[in-house]
Amino acid sequence: MIAQDMAFSPRRVGAMMLRYWYLLRSSWPRLLDLVYWPTVQMLTWGFLQYYIANNAGFFARAGGTFIGAVLLWDILFRGQLGFSMSFLEEMWSRNIGNLMMSPLRPLEFVVALMVMSVVRLSIGAVPVTFLAIAFFGFNLYALGLALVAFFFNLMLTAWAVGILVCGLILRNGMGAENFAWSIMFLFMPLTCVYYPVTTLPVWLQPISWALPPTYVFEGMRELLIHKVFRGDLMLDALALNALFLAAGIIGFLALLRSARRNGSLIQTGE
Amino acid sequence: MPTPPPIVIERLVKTYKTVRAVDGISFTLRPGSITALLGGNGAGKTTTIATIMGLVTPTSGRVTVLGAEMPQQRYRVLHRMNFESPYVEVPMRLTVRQNMKVFGDLYCVDDLPARIEQLGRELDLTDLLDRPTGKLSSGQKTRVSLAKALINNPDVLLLDEPTASLDPDTADWVRGHLERYCRERQATVLLASHNMAEVERLCERVIIMKRGRIEDDDTPAKLLARYGRRTLEEVFLDIVRGSGVESAAAQ
Repeated sequence: MIAQDMAFSPRRVGAMMLRYWYLLRSSWPRLLDLVYWPTVQMLTWGFLQYYIANNAGFFARAGGTFIGAVLLWDILFRGQLGFSMSFLEEMWSRNIGNLMMSPLRPLEFVVALMVMSVVRLSIGAVPVTFLAIAFFGFNLYALGLALVAFFFNLMLTAWAVGILVCGLILRNGMGAENFAWSIMFLFMPLTCVYYPVTTLPVWLQPISWALPPTYVFEGMRELLIHKVFRGDLMLDALALNALFLAAGIIGFLALLRSARRNGSLIQTGE
Repeated sequence: MPTPPPIVIERLVKTYKTVRAVDGISFTLRPGSITALLGGNGAGKTTTIATIMGLVTPTSGRVTVLGAEMPQQRYRVLHRMNFESPYVEVPMRLTVRQNMKVFGDLYCVDDLPARIEQLGRELDLTDLLDRPTGKLSSGQKTRVSLAKALINNPDVLLLDEPTASLDPDTADWVRGHLERYCRERQATVLLASHNMAEVERLCERVIIMKRGRIEDDDTPAKLLARYGRRTLEEVFLDIVRGSGVESAAAQ
């Protein structure tokens, strides 16, 4: 990486954030879409948990683990989707060429996408957390500082994956768009969103422990079931996330260089 | 220290897998000049322009813009360049003013509100500034793209079909504006166009490409004389079809 690639202008980051804010503001279907699926997910799993809790002793004690898992999963999934969607808006609007030929640095672009993923997530998830209180009496905010640790770690993973997906789309065109929608679902069984890691076959468990979100979901269960906050799990997740994020950025820059070599930046179609 | 030429291309080659899109071309543009880059489809014009913008890495050869090697040193000069092309669009859901604000900030333009108002006046966009770009007519959108291309007062301007889809009156008006801008700003323009009348009017030099190579490179007047033709369109057809090369070589 050349030093000039790392130069940073808050004004250019602000320009990109403004661009996405204008876009969100101009389209109510886009805003509605941010809230729609998280609400559906939370209601489905919330009612399921409500039903099971009244019929099984363990689940009665493990109150909120499903709803908690749904809400945390949504942070991971929507965080990555929010990052990738902002990027895809540039591809759909055929604006990516304008950006690639402007003084906007890759790092500035990535930071703007990160901030916008938090904005999009907040618009979508915050109302749903209040609905969870209203419908099921589950208060995510009661997790306190643990929630901050969960959120931070999940967002780091979401960004790392989002950055890599954007690189794949830049390099391979819109044929790689589906990765943006589907890649996170590979994480769902492996990161043990709804069940403990011990549920997995023994040979699969090391793979699960190599993924940062696994530590978050295990940590959430520890907190909700045993009332213990496992700081060690959060530190492990943080260390793995640092590796994931570095790999994501290095992968993105490598894919961008490859796109320049292959002429993909002037052929951003299918 | 002497000012470097705005654009220098030396033995540029670009190969995509097995296809050689640009095959060893060289040219230098002088400051304040308007040069046409002509050629049929697949001649290598877009790849050449994309290489100048730093979007494509050369397979071999060198491209320098305002003294910076592309694409390695592109961030030294991208704020002094801009472009317009039918292959990209400004975001359609944003209003014209919002687009100008975003691109002005990306290029870190000083006193941006005043610059937006100025471009609005110069490109007859004042009444359109607060309308969504997607709701404008094709000609109005082209003027918005031109405003985006001029937002940073570029020293090097790359234009790909700048008057495509414009009615003759608006196209003429756009050409006039470009002429004025280049004269006043001493900006260097490289123009890809299939409109030969436009090229004859605007350009002091014409580079004609075919199959990735430069087939001819001269002033419009000298090209007309060399091929014994009355219009550049006839010269272009001679070169693209290969019928005039021998006679030009003989002369």
